[in-house]
Amino acid sequence: MRIGVFWLVAAAVGLAVVVLTRFYFTNEYFFFAAYVVLQYIVLSTAWNILGGYTGYINFGTGAFFAIGAYSSVVLHKMPALLKTFDIVIPAIPLPVMILVGGVVSGIVGLGTGYLTLRLRGVFFAIATLALAVVVQTLIVNWDFVGGSRGIYMIRPPKAPLGGSYIQYLYTLMMVLSVISVGIARWIERSRLGLGFAAIRDDELAAEAGGVPTLRLKLIATTLSGALMGMAGAPLPYYVTYLEPASTFNLAYAVNSVAMPVIGGMTSWVGPVLGAILLGTIQQLATVTISSALNLLIVGLLLIAFVIIAPNGIVGLVQARRRRRAAAGEARAEQRAAA
Amino acid sequence: MAVSLDLLINAIVAGVLLGGFYAAVSVGITISFGMLDIANIAQPAFILLGSYAAYMFNSSLGLDPILVGIVMLPVFYVIGMAVYRLYYYSFELRGEQAIQGLAFFFGLLFVAEVSLVLIFGVDYRFVEAPYTEGSLHLGMLNLPFRMLIPFIFSLIMIALLQLYLTRSFIGRAILAVSQDGLALQLMAASPIRIKQIAFGISVATCSLAGTFLIIIQPIEPSIGRDYIGRIFAICVLGGMTSFPGMVIAAMLIGIVESITATFYGPSWAPAVAFGFLLVTLAVRPAGLAGR
Repeated sequence: MRIGVFWLVAAAVGLAVVVLTRFYFTNEYFFFAAYVVLQYIVLSTAWNILGGYTGYINFGTGAFFAIGAYSSVVLHKMPALLKTFDIVIPAIPLPVMILVGGVVSGIVGLGTGYLTLRLRGVFFAIATLALAVVVQTLIVNWDFVGGSRGIYMIRPPKAPLGGSYIQYLYTLMMVLSVISVGIARWIERSRLGLGFAAIRDDELAAEAGGVPTLRLKLIATTLSGALMGMAGAPLPYYVTYLEPASTFNLAYAVNSVAMPVIGGMTSWVGPVLGAILLGTIQQLATVTISSALNLLIVGLLLIAFVIIAPNGIVGLVQARRRRRAAAGEARAEQRAAA
Repeated sequence: MAVSLDLLINAIVAGVLLGGFYAAVSVGITISFGMLDIANIAQPAFILLGSYAAYMFNSSLGLDPILVGIVMLPVFYVIGMAVYRLYYYSFELRGEQAIQGLAFFFGLLFVAEVSLVLIFGVDYRFVEAPYTEGSLHLGMLNLPFRMLIPFIFSLIMIALLQLYLTRSFIGRAILAVSQDGLALQLMAASPIRIKQIAFGISVATCSLAGTFLIIIQPIEPSIGRDYIGRIFAICVLGGMTSFPGMVIAAMLIGIVESITATFYGPSWAPAVAFGFLLVTLAVRPAGLAGR
């Protein structure tokens, strides 16, 4: 499938799902749950751009996600703040917040990449864990965005595009999912993706072969960070009460590692598959069992998959296809010999 | 001005005591990460297991927490060996330790944390012992026993480990495997067996480190995370394999944190340690006493 065709098909699928679900589901809860699943598609796809394609593990998803969320809080409070200086601006629309959240997170991603990407893989992973704590400490001590007490966010009274506000958030998240999956697939088939794969397989050899490794890694951290920030930007309006402990929840980091690992890290299909599967299981388990237990399920699944099927579901399918192809060839040879 | 000098000196001394405890927490990671090259980010989870073991025996039988920590050492040693076995067969043997191994330990950390939440809830737990209250007054110095006792025992533990590593046969083999596993194999010693013992020891230290933790402060399942950055910072800062380097690094971070907490407020303290780590990694990945 050509790139342009894929974009068209992805956009059409996204649009069809949005329209159909909005007609079919009258229960608001569906949109609350679907929003979370879509949010994880964006997060795990973003994680996979750095983790799956270049092989650098990022445990700091929560930090980038929260930066997006808190940049929205700042923008939300901006009109009121500027009013005290007698500057009147209208309330900032959510799509603008998403863009700004993406830019801010992308810049932070670039910064971390610059600071840490000269490190060996494991050190990079530990540094990202540290980053999450540093960012959380900054937010906790920053009173303007609520500090450790948290902040209430009042949704705009009217949702654009008709329907309820949660349906609007859900639609936006669908758009973000389509965009991030499209970007991931484009990377995979471009020179950029080849460079990323070269870094993953052998960074030293790639460097020696003339691949501009540092620049490529910076592109990956920036893109990955930006997409995570965009996924976080609508969060304040989704939860309506934002506080650091739950925004920086380790669950975001675990999920965005677990979903690509379980789905398969080598192709864009993996994170999407993992996010839909794990996200749906978690939503169902939260409702039917308990929210602590569903996190346990994610952790256990992650461990089981890295041990038993390190290439994820996509890897399992590929291996099976390869085996079948090999068996077919063997049969053909036998026939030729006979 | 006299008052703030007093405050400064007390902050520094408190930092040194805190650093002694941090050294006990980091000694395991210095063995597993520094020497064996296994990035066990689930180490804080084992430390919390140690804390909860101390809590259980202390609250039900009234046993001394440090005694529990010592008695539990073999149990943690066996757990460590079992985890290494699993790790070896699943990742090292297949040559996939980098990404998959990290994800494995991350999952382990998360599973342990959630299990602790399910068993003990999210309430803060603490232990009772004669030394959890009161303090030693030396002139203007004020040394709380709950910091002093872990400090002393932690230094004893590290000194014993240092003796073991430099004097005993197995200890020297562990140091050898950290330098060159193949060469060890040529000397007819199995690097896998040695690594398994070393990893067992690294987890066993968590038993004591965990009891120190619960003596120093009340705990709940998610505080383990605060220690991930700290222990790796100390390990890297201390030069990966050197115990003396690690102790110095631990005290340095302890002092910086304690001064920050005293003069700027405790909510800023974690950022300092992690900021330290980020800067260290960026500027001098080889640490203070690099190889």
